[in-house]
Amino acid sequence: MPDLKLLGDVPTADERDAIDVVVGAEVAGDGRVTRSDLTRRHLLLPALRAAQRRVGWVTPGALGYASRRLEIPPAEAYGVATFYALIALEERPADVLHVCTDLSCALAGARVPEGAHPSPCLGLCERAPASLRTVAGPEPREEQFPATGPPLPQTSGLKLLRRIAEGVDPKAQPEFVALARAREMGPDAVIAAVKASPLLGRGGAAFPTGTKWEAVARQPAQPHYLVCNADESEPGTFKDRVIMEQDPFALIESMAIAMYATGCEKGFIYIRAEYPLAQKRIQHAIDASGFDIELRIGAGAYVCGEETALFQSIEGYRGEPRNKPPFPVEVGLFGKPTVVNNVETLVNVPHVLLGDDARDTRLFCLSGNVGRPGLYEVELGTSLRELLELAEAEPAKAVLLGGAAGSFLRPDQLDVKLSFEAAREAGVTLGSGVVIVFGEQSDLVAAVLRIAEFFRDESCGQCVPCRVGTVRQEEALHRLASGKTNGNELAVLADLEQVMRDASICGLGQTAASAVTSAVKNLGVLA
Amino acid sequence: MIELTVDGNAVQVEEGSTILDACRRAEIDTPTLCYADTLTPVNVCRVCVVELEGARTLVPSCSRKAEDGMVVRTDSERVRTSRRLVLELLGSSVNLSTAPEALAYIEQYDAEPDRFGADSLTVAQAVKVDNDLYVRDYSKCILCYKCVEACGVDHQNTFAIAVAGRGFGAHISTELDVPLPESACVYCGNCIAVCPTGALMATSEFELREAGTWKEEAQEEVDTVCPYCGVGCNLTMHVQEGQIVKVTSPDDHDVTLGNLCIKGRFGYRYVQNK
Repeated sequence: MPDLKLLGDVPTADERDAIDVVVGAEVAGDGRVTRSDLTRRHLLLPALRAAQRRVGWVTPGALGYASRRLEIPPAEAYGVATFYALIALEERPADVLHVCTDLSCALAGARVPEGAHPSPCLGLCERAPASLRTVAGPEPREEQFPATGPPLPQTSGLKLLRRIAEGVDPKAQPEFVALARAREMGPDAVIAAVKASPLLGRGGAAFPTGTKWEAVARQPAQPHYLVCNADESEPGTFKDRVIMEQDPFALIESMAIAMYATGCEKGFIYIRAEYPLAQKRIQHAIDASGFDIELRIGAGAYVCGEETALFQSIEGYRGEPRNKPPFPVEVGLFGKPTVVNNVETLVNVPHVLLGDDARDTRLFCLSGNVGRPGLYEVELGTSLRELLELAEAEPAKAVLLGGAAGSFLRPDQLDVKLSFEAAREAGVTLGSGVVIVFGEQSDLVAAVLRIAEFFRDESCGQCVPCRVGTVRQEEALHRLASGKTNGNELAVLADLEQVMRDASICGLGQTAASAVTSAVKNLGVLA
Repeated sequence: MIELTVDGNAVQVEEGSTILDACRRAEIDTPTLCYADTLTPVNVCRVCVVELEGARTLVPSCSRKAEDGMVVRTDSERVRTSRRLVLELLGSSVNLSTAPEALAYIEQYDAEPDRFGADSLTVAQAVKVDNDLYVRDYSKCILCYKCVEACGVDHQNTFAIAVAGRGFGAHISTELDVPLPESACVYCGNCIAVCPTGALMATSEFELREAGTWKEEAQEEVDTVCPYCGVGCNLTMHVQEGQIVKVTSPDDHDVTLGNLCIKGRFGYRYVQNK
């Protein structure tokens, strides 16, 4: 053993067995540590998840056993475990109901029953109000409620969603035509084709995908990794979930193409814990296809959708974003050159290679006060008003575009074109494609307070502007809402917006005041 | 050499230097709280941010590597605003009464921590006194990560503490928050040596402060070499009214980098055995 002082608590046989499934059974021996043991820290979160899914919470015995088997100091393992909202370190029932109280579910009248846990957005906004049940035991399971949503609202004019609209069987492996095409073309030509296409990243930052791929492909350091970011946690977003649940093979094929083009030895897909069906379908598609792709599952942390926080999470550390530069294309997962792409970005690639549909489309998640909520696909450049008409939106008091990190629009601003350029010019962001409609009867003050609560809850706590700024922002908004003001709240909010945007480490902190500021300045809420 | 411009002045620094190194070379006063010469920069306090031409946001000078042709501003309104806000956020949530550097910055940047109102959430909590050698008062903790780094790979490799929790609830903790005697702590006190706010404090100092008899200005600093083993660590004895009240080691001493072991830092009482 290295010189680690370990927790004295011992695991139960059930906990040990559950953790052993992840880390391997302990081999009787002289207690010496082999080199391979020292590089297994990345199994910490899977081990903690396994223990919790077995008995309902992470006991001191389970934490100690995971620390010992993975050679992680217990204080650090505790630091990791306490980072995640869905890891419980205190005893609780095996059967837990997490009830979404976020924007779309609140608009649908969400109520948290006695004994249930309130939750940030569960990504089931088209069937709001929604909840997630987690049941620990010998055969653990997670259930989404309602179990199914409405069918896709559009049936024609689709590109990324075409196969889903046609009723593709998510469990049947299709022929990978685009991958075959990629292999004929060769890696360089694939990258050239993606570069020549207008494809920009769909995770929110709109970075040119081909440029990213080329940068990784050129890195001499080996191995290269592909990470598919499927941790979509932006309130109101569910597009990646729909693709993973209903057309998982499209994503797996796209990942295989990306790995081939950029010389990646291995791919990871990181799916948020709140998406059990997507996890199951993707795991099935990985197993069926035989590609070297590993599924990793989060544990309740919005910030892990930030690419460097996601690396930290996979590596078994707290999901605290890294400072950039260096950028992931140079120093990414396990310190190696890494391509990180969002699900929607990746599933565009087969169409680029096959040239079967030249339109540049974008997925939008419509929820809130709309007649036909769900996932829409429209060409970039379509106006927001047209999209709202498609979804039979109610007359809106306001529309939240881009999610909690996006901005509120007034009814007279709905003619904005949904393209990256037009959005930038209008000073808004398409973000992750969120469109939440707030009807005439909706409570905008409650929505603004919920957004502030969300960021305060989801801040990782690493840097001062975000850790304390999100608290002060929420406090100032509550004072305004209650009328007990100090008289300087608007100036304080403006200052907080500036310091969080300018001095936070990552995108979470930098945008933690965006929607709140737009509600105050643009809608006049609480102003 | 790398040449960059800081506040309009051309500055040359060695390859691998940071913007902070360049600022110091140009004798530009730059506040830092989580930075220490002997620790890996974590750039979490954000008080050292500067404006870098072409960058969307401000950048932390302590960790951003200097590059040829960079144009840096440290005296702009934008920089001053962020620094002031960071200090206000810290000052409004943390007890900075034993953090002279932070208090000086608050004055220098005209920060007003009180502006958020009396009901602002703070990290106030009871002092942890669970051993004879040092106390932990996390109501004074700005979460600069220095103690965690000193306990970990940067210095001690003991790993007794880590950051736990999330958001405003993030805090320094042993595993399951067990008291220090049940943790991996070896009482080297190297965490105390790097703490910039007095959240970690030798019991001797803590008790004198509690009694109102800690007189820093009346203390003498006497350097000697640790008598315990052959490593040859330099010790600085802090002497008040003829009594040793604290022992440290100079950060720039090439044997210790400010570190000591339990004997060097705490084993001085025999000198004045009564």
